[in-house]
Amino acid sequence: MNDRSVSKEIVEKLLIPILLGLAIVASWQGIVYYLDIAPYLLPSPTLIGFTLIKDWSLLGSALWVTTQITVLSFLLAVTLGVLISFVFIQSPILERALFPYAVLLQVTPIVAVAPLIIIWVKDTNLSLILCASLAALFPIISNTTTGLKSVDPDLMSFFKLQKATRLQVLIRLRIPSALPYFFGGLRISSGLALIGAVVAEFVAGTGGSGSGLAYQILQAGFQLNIPRMFAALFLISLTGIFLFMFMTWLTRIALGEWHSSELNLDT
Amino acid sequence: MDQVQPTSSHPTRLAVDIDSASKIYTDGTQALLPVDLQIKKGEFVSLLGPAGCGKSTLLKMIAGLTKPSSGNIRIEQRDSEKSEKLHVNSGVSSSTLPRLSFVFQSPTLMPWANVRANVRLPLDLAGIPKGVSNARVNDILAKVGLSDFADSLPRKLSGGMQMRVSIARGLITQPDILLMDEPFGALDEITRHKLDADLLALWKKENLTVIFVTHSIHEAVFLSSRVIMMASRPGRITNEFMIEAGYPRSQDFMLTSQFMEYARQLQESLQNASHTNL
Repeated sequence: MNDRSVSKEIVEKLLIPILLGLAIVASWQGIVYYLDIAPYLLPSPTLIGFTLIKDWSLLGSALWVTTQITVLSFLLAVTLGVLISFVFIQSPILERALFPYAVLLQVTPIVAVAPLIIIWVKDTNLSLILCASLAALFPIISNTTTGLKSVDPDLMSFFKLQKATRLQVLIRLRIPSALPYFFGGLRISSGLALIGAVVAEFVAGTGGSGSGLAYQILQAGFQLNIPRMFAALFLISLTGIFLFMFMTWLTRIALGEWHSSELNLDT
Repeated sequence: MDQVQPTSSHPTRLAVDIDSASKIYTDGTQALLPVDLQIKKGEFVSLLGPAGCGKSTLLKMIAGLTKPSSGNIRIEQRDSEKSEKLHVNSGVSSSTLPRLSFVFQSPTLMPWANVRANVRLPLDLAGIPKGVSNARVNDILAKVGLSDFADSLPRKLSGGMQMRVSIARGLITQPDILLMDEPFGALDEITRHKLDADLLALWKKENLTVIFVTHSIHEAVFLSSRVIMMASRPGRITNEFMIEAGYPRSQDFMLTSQFMEYARQLQESLQNASHTNL
């Protein structure tokens, strides 16, 4: 790739969305200013920014708590999900028996399950992590299982002809074939872990433990401190975007060399 | 078919002995009527026929990838001389290495692994130490003309080069028998001719028995010492031709009247076989 196409790519991928964002923020600021909208209805972006700085000691530690819960539950979901996929791939009977329950897990809203978990598990942080993990688990199971099965049948025949053992097939053929699916699952799952963490914090919130971002939103709502509510919301979104970008980067590092989903077909 | 006649002073051994092997799919389709076929060591045999004649099925049965519904297929034991050589080289018993190699229609390489790792795969699976196997890989890559591409990923290579990698991977175990399932079917004509010629050279150099599935008459005549004609619905052997032209064959062979005559005979036989179906 030459310099010109690199700079063109940067323009298209970064500059255009940034410009759009700036335009929206600017018109938001303009509308709030000219229509003289009260801050408890819609605070202006500058007021939100100001609140973010003023309340940083509160919001910053809340951000840290939510991030910790998100990351830990995401790691737990990945570990569990991958292990379950390996079990599924080794035993089709177990897969047939358990997969419907994995789907059940997925379709049951986490808000409905969260109160139970919070009652059952004594440690609040642990219960939050469990809730968020449940929310993030299914895409890992489903994508990794699909990936482990998506093996070129001729390549599988070749391994059979070479008398490869099950373990060799798993390590040398199934796992590499599954990687693109697995990373797709990571991207979806990381966002769900954040959503799960926020939802669980909401449910646990009045229980009085949390100093996470969702708890700050709840508190700010009670106090009609709408600028702080927006500031916390902004931090949640920022965390989600950062997670997504990190997963995209990870995918590129792991697969960039060979997988077609990461190839730049224009060049 | 009768007992195979020895062609040289010492009796020629069989590489593959197919004894009325047939294939019926689970849905009841007769993919292949019972087939009797003896393939001698060192032969280059092509299975030629239209789609659905069971040529790929027959090849997969020889490989052991599908079981015959009836009958028997016997593969001759590993050539002791080759076993010896590999044994000394690797310090690992060659009995762990299959004596058959299969080259598929598409290159079927691992897209995440470079050329070297792809070619080395059969030795890795057999647990042969990297120090030994890497030397073998370099050797075989030189033979197929890919020494400069050992560290490339498959997608960086052209279709013809990918097929060479696939062949190199097939040859790394020093097999006695090489089974090829329309390996050059997806390549352009010029690349295909080049690979055909290179394959013949490897066949001689490595003392291989090759069983080659194709639907190209010209390719079959150019390569083979014997062509087995097959027909479809149901799949069966209809005829066979010995191609008496001597080796080595260059591309000039395709311009000779002898070549044309074989091609004409095969074309005629193919047409007769398909007419009976209409």
